[in-house]
Amino acid sequence: MPDLPSPLLPANVQGWFRSRGWAPHPHQLAMVEAAAAGDSALLIAPTGGGKTLAGFLPSLIDLAERPREGLHTLYISPLKALAVDIQRNLEEPVAEMRLPIRTETRTGDTPESKRRRQRANPPHILMTTPESLALMIAYADAATIFRHLRCVIIDELHALAGTKRGDLLALGLARLAKLAPQARRVGLSATVAEPAQLLAWLSKTGHADGGDVRLVTGRAGASAEVDILTTRERLPWSGRMAMHALKEVYQRIRAHRTTLLFVNTRAQAELIFQELWRLNDDTLPIALHHGSLAAEQRRKVEAAMAAGKLRAVVATSSLDLGIDWAAVDLVVQIGAPKGASRLVQRIGRANHRLDEPSRALLVPANRFEVLECRAALDAVAAMSLDGERPRPGGLDVLAQHMLGMACAEPFRPDDLYDEVVCAAPYAGLARDEFDDVLDFVATGGYALGNYERFHRLTLREDGRMAVAGPAVARQYRMNVGTITQEAMLRVRLSRGLVLGEVEEHFIQGLTPGDTFVFAGQLLKFLGIREMEAQVAKGGTGEPKVPAYAGGRLPLTTALADRVRAMLADPAQWPGLPEDVQEWLRLQRWRSVLPARDGLLVESFPKAGKRFLVVYAFEGRNAHQTLGMLLTRRMERMGYGPLGFVATDYVLAVWSLRTPKDMDGLFDQDMLGDDLEAWMDESSMLRRTFRNVALITGVIDRRHPRQEKSGRQVTFSSDLIYDVLRKHDPGHVLLRATRADAAGGLTDVRRLSDFLTRVKGRITHKDLDRISPLAVPVILEIGRERVDGSATDELLEQAAADLVAEAMPELDLPRAEPRDAQGRLTL
Amino acid sequence: MMIMDTTMTLRGAALAPDPSGALVWPAERTLVVADLHLEKGSAFAARGRMLPPYDTRATLDRLADLVERLAPQRVICLGDSFHDRRAASRMEAGDVARLRDLTGRVADWLWVTGNHDPEPPEGFGGRILDELALGPLTFRHEAVPGALGELSGHLHPVAAVVVPGRRVRERCFAFDGGKLILPAFGAFAGGLNVLDPAVSGLLAERFEVHLLARGKLHRFPRSRLSPDKG
Repeated sequence: MPDLPSPLLPANVQGWFRSRGWAPHPHQLAMVEAAAAGDSALLIAPTGGGKTLAGFLPSLIDLAERPREGLHTLYISPLKALAVDIQRNLEEPVAEMRLPIRTETRTGDTPESKRRRQRANPPHILMTTPESLALMIAYADAATIFRHLRCVIIDELHALAGTKRGDLLALGLARLAKLAPQARRVGLSATVAEPAQLLAWLSKTGHADGGDVRLVTGRAGASAEVDILTTRERLPWSGRMAMHALKEVYQRIRAHRTTLLFVNTRAQAELIFQELWRLNDDTLPIALHHGSLAAEQRRKVEAAMAAGKLRAVVATSSLDLGIDWAAVDLVVQIGAPKGASRLVQRIGRANHRLDEPSRALLVPANRFEVLECRAALDAVAAMSLDGERPRPGGLDVLAQHMLGMACAEPFRPDDLYDEVVCAAPYAGLARDEFDDVLDFVATGGYALGNYERFHRLTLREDGRMAVAGPAVARQYRMNVGTITQEAMLRVRLSRGLVLGEVEEHFIQGLTPGDTFVFAGQLLKFLGIREMEAQVAKGGTGEPKVPAYAGGRLPLTTALADRVRAMLADPAQWPGLPEDVQEWLRLQRWRSVLPARDGLLVESFPKAGKRFLVVYAFEGRNAHQTLGMLLTRRMERMGYGPLGFVATDYVLAVWSLRTPKDMDGLFDQDMLGDDLEAWMDESSMLRRTFRNVALITGVIDRRHPRQEKSGRQVTFSSDLIYDVLRKHDPGHVLLRATRADAAGGLTDVRRLSDFLTRVKGRITHKDLDRISPLAVPVILEIGRERVDGSATDELLEQAAADLVAEAMPELDLPRAEPRDAQGRLTL
Repeated sequence: MMIMDTTMTLRGAALAPDPSGALVWPAERTLVVADLHLEKGSAFAARGRMLPPYDTRATLDRLADLVERLAPQRVICLGDSFHDRRAASRMEAGDVARLRDLTGRVADWLWVTGNHDPEPPEGFGGRILDELALGPLTFRHEAVPGALGELSGHLHPVAAVVVPGRRVRERCFAFDGGKLILPAFGAFAGGLNVLDPAVSGLLAERFEVHLLARGKLHRFPRSRLSPDKG
């Protein structure tokens, strides 16, 4: 079969495959076939099956056979760097086949002069990002630029769909479908649980059964060989760093050509990298890669990896996406993978020749993670990946898009509504919701009507909405995009080198002289100068490892279910390490094992307090929320809750007295008023509101390079949030905020499913001492910060510490009479 | 619960900060607020940035609560009470009535002028002054370097404190024994860190702040404060 000429491929393309010693893969031919029929196509294939080439091949053939001017193919990638790499990689076949094709990139880094030129004289193939596309379609000449467009390729579709960037892109594609109805869509995706969701996303109808998208599935490679490290050391009870196993991991690195080590957080990456170098007696070239390191440094590591110069890279999700490295022959996952899909994608980074199996090693950091790793392996073997219900598109993203569309040309609301509901994330958007968002974009949409004379959009006599002036369009261009992140500060060595960026709040928690680990080195914090953290190498004392905000994903529902099943069924234990089996046997003897469908709650005394351990297995975020709600309720019931700690598996609450009525305690009504009240107060909702306010242009993005040091009056979105919540609680900005918070961040839906599932099935074990299964979570106490309203007490304590401190130059007279809240009375 | 002593004495006058951000001079039955910035939201909206229009209402509600609770004989607004010259023309009718009613309930209502409102609108009641001397104290919008016994606003002071595990940044009173700078009272007023030279340069080497956090006051010396970046 490999040598048979394919009638689908023209001679020069066939010749090129032959010159490489390659034969086209069946899925590559299927993509050419779909193109010939004028169909859109979704290609689902493991990494390394020539997936990118499969996406471009039809465009190369079309342009080879019918050379012409104008923008033919648009390639959209979630990563700027990937767009650049893909352009470079495509240049090679284009040159070798001598095709008359010009390829270029356009990202936030492209100079203004080049961007102008690209609009006047576009290349045949343009590589770009969702944000750059949003800007391009908001120009008045968008119709001219895209009129010849034949194909849009969306790479790493699985990583975009279901995110706000994906929402923005889906809306952009809906507009492109109007500007260039002839253009097909091509989606490239890693293996996913629910291809139908991606088919809907790609369809011009917004529905999976639109009939305009072919599903092409790449041949699965040889199945992966995955092991769980059976350590000779004793398995730790808790913790996430897996330090006990690194000697053994190092031996595996020595035994392989190139190893990719994945960890779950940036802090973990830093520590493990340090420890590996401490063990590195052979001085093997081992590098570090994570999202906070300076871009140049990351590119250097990637280039060294591509050139085969490295033996190992310690990486976070920063390397989940990206170009293929054929040389990787071992993937190590340190810590539990938290989801089966993610594990499959990471394993797929090894051995990109499809006929050779990928090799991977899972290194659990503690006993619960052993169970989770085993469950993940079973899920991968059964090809049962984590499906997540699609969330509706963000109203904030819709607001941004509406403003952009008005910048392009005046629109009729009816037409725009019809266009928007063709984007899958907005397929279910109600017309009155659409009108509310439009009203917000036009005049603010506030219940208090005195803004009618202020407009961003004006209604013209012909029934079209138009931008109120050039200033509004300028504002739109400054604020486009959906990526909002915490303010970052550059970290600069005192002699001048920039090491990367860390979250501002982390740096602000340091005092000069503190040490922390970053970019693989122990650094001493000197101070903040000109918006940068100044550091020096070395320093002494206990390092404060960067406590990064991101990176920690909760356990998926599907995987949690497998862990519960494994615990409940001793027949599944023999494959587990002896330490773990003994631990579970002890638990069965001293208490009971959590049942698969019920809920086990244990209570016991310890250190003068009463502990309540809830074996919910719903992931850390859902447990955090549950902890908040339980402690609120226990407070009201008079049990005197003192604190709680949540892991991915378990929630522990400690209090003065033990609750007796578990059914009452876990009643579903906890999701009512308490949840509302807590959500409204929580800093999480404030953060979410800030993102919504940025995306909708209510507040400006801070452009780091424009910011001047010196006098700054900062205007915080918290002020807007407080006022709006009080005076216009139904406003569309708050609706968008609550939808975001409920869907993505608090896992409220997961919690509500959980409360329904365990209703009437709660087993309460009142023990006289801690149970074996409770040990890991109790060890977490003090290691995790308990979020909540503790700020008051902390402030009071900090202030009380200072009461005694004399301030001699100040005359401090007696106190005035005050009421119970500490307010003055006259 | 222990209630901390937060009274400040300025030239012999005992002044009490309130957790709302207002200052009370009990001996004179006087209430002082700074930087109301009424109609700041609509000023932004007029330039195409659709901030909510409720800031005036929110600010006036809080002020009305104080007047109700303390029944002062005198209210001094320390300037920048109106965000700009056209603030009154944008104010919603209900808010106009609310403000008139409020000034009518106080025997002596004083508008000190500020850089945002060099000519505060007439018709809301009260008297308009560039600055005011009352007993040993001087009330003005912008602090004058070296002046003692002075109360001012203008700078919107905030302070940040690092407590275990987090950083708290809130509005505050800044006091050095000779000068007192009030926090902005307006709902949409932003803040400037007291360690910024624009604030700390006006104060003595050692000063203290009274931080407004979650409805309570917390007192810290300068040495405990954390700078913003830069």
